[in-house]
Amino acid sequence: MMNLTLKIWRQASSNAQGKMVDYKVSDIDGDMSFLEMIDILNEQLIAKGEDPVTFDHDCREGICGACSMHINGEPHGPEGATTTCQLHMRKFKDGDTITIEPWRAKAFPVIKDLMVDRAAFDRIIQAGGYVSTNTSGNTLDANAIPVEKKNADMAFNAATCIGCGACVAACKNASAMLFVSAKVAQLSLLPQGQVEAKDRVRNMVNQMDLEGFGHCTNTGACSAECPKEISLDNIARMNREYLSASITAED
Amino acid sequence: MSALDSKIPEGPLEKKWQNHKSNIKLVNPANKRLIDVIVIGTGLAGSAAAASMAEMGYNVKAFCFQDSPRRAHSIAAQGGINAAKNYQNDGDSVYRLFYDTIKGGDYRSREANVYRLAEVSANIIDQAVAQGVPFARDYGGQLDNRSFGGVQVSRTFYAKGQTGQQLLLGAYSALSRQISKGKVKMYNRHEMMDVVVVDGKARGIIAKNLVTGEIERHGAHAVLLCSGGYGNVFFLSTNAMGSNGSAAWRAHKKGAYMANPCYTQIHPTCIPVSGEHQSKLTLMSESLRNDGRIWVPKNRKDAEAIREGKKKPTDLKEEERDYYLERRYPSFGNLVPRDVASRAAKERCDEGFGVNATGQAVYLDFSAAIMRYGKTEANVQGIDNPSDAQIRELGTKVVEAKYGNLFEMYEKIVDDNPYQTPMMIFPAVHYTMGGIWVDYNLMTTVPGLYALGEANFSDHGANRLGASALMQGLADGYFVIPYTVGDYLANEIRTGSISTDTPEFEAAEREVQANIDKLLNNKGNHSVDHFHKRLGKIMWDKCGMARNAQGLQEAIKEIKALRAEFWDDVKVPGGKHEMNPELDKALRVADFLELGELMCKDALTREESAGGHFREEYQTEEGEALRRDEDFAFVSAWEYKGEPSEAVLHKEELMFENVELKTRSYK
Repeated sequence: MMNLTLKIWRQASSNAQGKMVDYKVSDIDGDMSFLEMIDILNEQLIAKGEDPVTFDHDCREGICGACSMHINGEPHGPEGATTTCQLHMRKFKDGDTITIEPWRAKAFPVIKDLMVDRAAFDRIIQAGGYVSTNTSGNTLDANAIPVEKKNADMAFNAATCIGCGACVAACKNASAMLFVSAKVAQLSLLPQGQVEAKDRVRNMVNQMDLEGFGHCTNTGACSAECPKEISLDNIARMNREYLSASITAED
Repeated sequence: MSALDSKIPEGPLEKKWQNHKSNIKLVNPANKRLIDVIVIGTGLAGSAAAASMAEMGYNVKAFCFQDSPRRAHSIAAQGGINAAKNYQNDGDSVYRLFYDTIKGGDYRSREANVYRLAEVSANIIDQAVAQGVPFARDYGGQLDNRSFGGVQVSRTFYAKGQTGQQLLLGAYSALSRQISKGKVKMYNRHEMMDVVVVDGKARGIIAKNLVTGEIERHGAHAVLLCSGGYGNVFFLSTNAMGSNGSAAWRAHKKGAYMANPCYTQIHPTCIPVSGEHQSKLTLMSESLRNDGRIWVPKNRKDAEAIREGKKKPTDLKEEERDYYLERRYPSFGNLVPRDVASRAAKERCDEGFGVNATGQAVYLDFSAAIMRYGKTEANVQGIDNPSDAQIRELGTKVVEAKYGNLFEMYEKIVDDNPYQTPMMIFPAVHYTMGGIWVDYNLMTTVPGLYALGEANFSDHGANRLGASALMQGLADGYFVIPYTVGDYLANEIRTGSISTDTPEFEAAEREVQANIDKLLNNKGNHSVDHFHKRLGKIMWDKCGMARNAQGLQEAIKEIKALRAEFWDDVKVPGGKHEMNPELDKALRVADFLELGELMCKDALTREESAGGHFREEYQTEEGEALRRDEDFAFVSAWEYKGEPSEAVLHKEELMFENVELKTRSYK
């Protein structure tokens, strides 16, 4: 059982001034998840008549991408390849002080406390992160076009991105290159995605810039902190796709 | 109130859907632009429906409570999606998928709906591949398959343990495309508070903007509920924290009948509860039962020693282990349907053979599979006389390629390496087969109000087969609703846009505001979770894996009392004009406190055992579920009358014209 000090960013709304506030929690079991520890804090706060800490979370099994805490200076905390909800308290020691902040990026404004607005990611997908096929089901038989296993596997690995935004939070420039490149790479590796590949990469990159994400300077912090270990190779692939789309553009 | 007319088309089973599609009313493209449709929820059913309806030309408004439509809980589905493609040439067909689903559902689903589902299943795979969904492939570049419970063919398509994620992102991409065209207006962080019914038709909703707390009115010619299931009534389940039954329950209170609410799926392979702090349970995909063998010690003494930490599972020799599923069900073995596997685990644990500290766990062991795959791999690589260690290493790699992410997830949660020590698993609430009653067109008993995916009751009977939820969600959204909705909307082309400035919207909004004010001004002593946990315990103990009349009667009384206590003593902090997750949770739990009671009432009324509904009074001598077809081959559809206990039962008799009603056997 652990006793911990938490330093948590509290901000009442997007326009309000925020600040770090200290809290104590006790009798924390190592088998608890990090969010279950926050649940305990919130139950304490409610009992005292204080406002509980607001944070995004939903599936609590590491796949929905909702949870988004910057823990001790790292997105999703100290354990590699792990979302906040899958981080367990056995990774901490009795007496530890844990600092918890929201994602920090201009393109991700704080809504309340640890909750930020990641709608910019949705808008980037809307700019071209799809194959323009209608949902009629009247397409080719699924096995009509074989896909080389290596490419299918690489496309899958890129597609496991959960859109949490840790890559942006980890980057000193708040660049969204890893997120955008994962979608670009997935679709460019599959025959179905190649028809619109040029427009896709141009439109998605353009939207990324409009949203106010920063530039990529190849430090690799994004991939190192990514809970799904999305590879930097995707960024290289996107850069090639973008260059090729730019030099062959007809307009 | 409309009578229960299932509107099953005439004609032979295999022609019904084709005939219906050919004869259904159409709305011409110019008129579609005059029609507004609201979609609640953006999981597989909701995203697919919103995208498809927008492509057709309707004006769509879609709502999700999450910060993005991509986070709906379909994303967490792991193992796969069924489709009658017969790529493996193992004798699969539309009829077999239909038959397996009817049998798996313990003969409590509607033949025509299930046949249609099987019929459109193959197209789902074609559609998903066209969208760029990266399914697993073999070295020839062709799609790979695996097996799921309750069937003897390999018809499950998958993307490692993230099939739901990949399919949802496919549907989300189709939805995003329509959002970019302005054909779908997306409302993130919005929750439906009520359905508004005007002159007997669904004409819109009241929604809450969760960021600002603002209550909004939205009018439409049709409302599609794609809001998922209500498993969170149990507090602990594999559902997401935000998954809730409120949209369905609100619709029920506005006239939509609730069908078979007692049919709950308890999934056999979940990570066991570790303590009081537990906030949710995590599933370990059914696909693991392709290769994992389930066992408990043969002798109680060994089980006790393991519980006390004096023995490890690997200390037990082969002959000291009881592979109880293989023993009881030799022809299906570890791949029996979920309800059967869950009850068998409970039976062993109740008898004192459970293995973790609480005695509430069984083993799922991969050592045999690791050695089997290792030997094959050694042959492939041409290694002569490989050592056991070499075989184990090679086999571990194969298992890792198949299930790596699931093993990692297990290790993170339990802090134990499942490649070396068997996993510990126990059943947990996972899915609700029950839901809003719908006809063949997926319309509820309220004209203009539809229910799709897990939110409806239609396809899975009393037990859903693995990898069939993804199939149903996408079938309903992509391929069924785009056709069937025309039958109703063709009569709405002259209606004009729906005004929200009417007494009905006014009254609905006022009621929502009153509920919110009551919760915030209550200033009680206990948090929302306090009540939710107590409700969950009542439901799990008395309306869970096994039920009996006495327990259910007690549960009904206890839930009633708990509901009164909740409204008297709940404490909800914060205000209404702000982001207030505790308030949103309180509104959901208030609905669960009513729904739970109806579930118990339904379970009490159904005096038979079927699928996930196991009444202890009705079992065979061998402890298997005992159906009573003469008296209970019907769908229970409940009409709301002011209190859950006063709900009125309507029966839709189930006709089996194409399959013979048999006792389900997996022996």
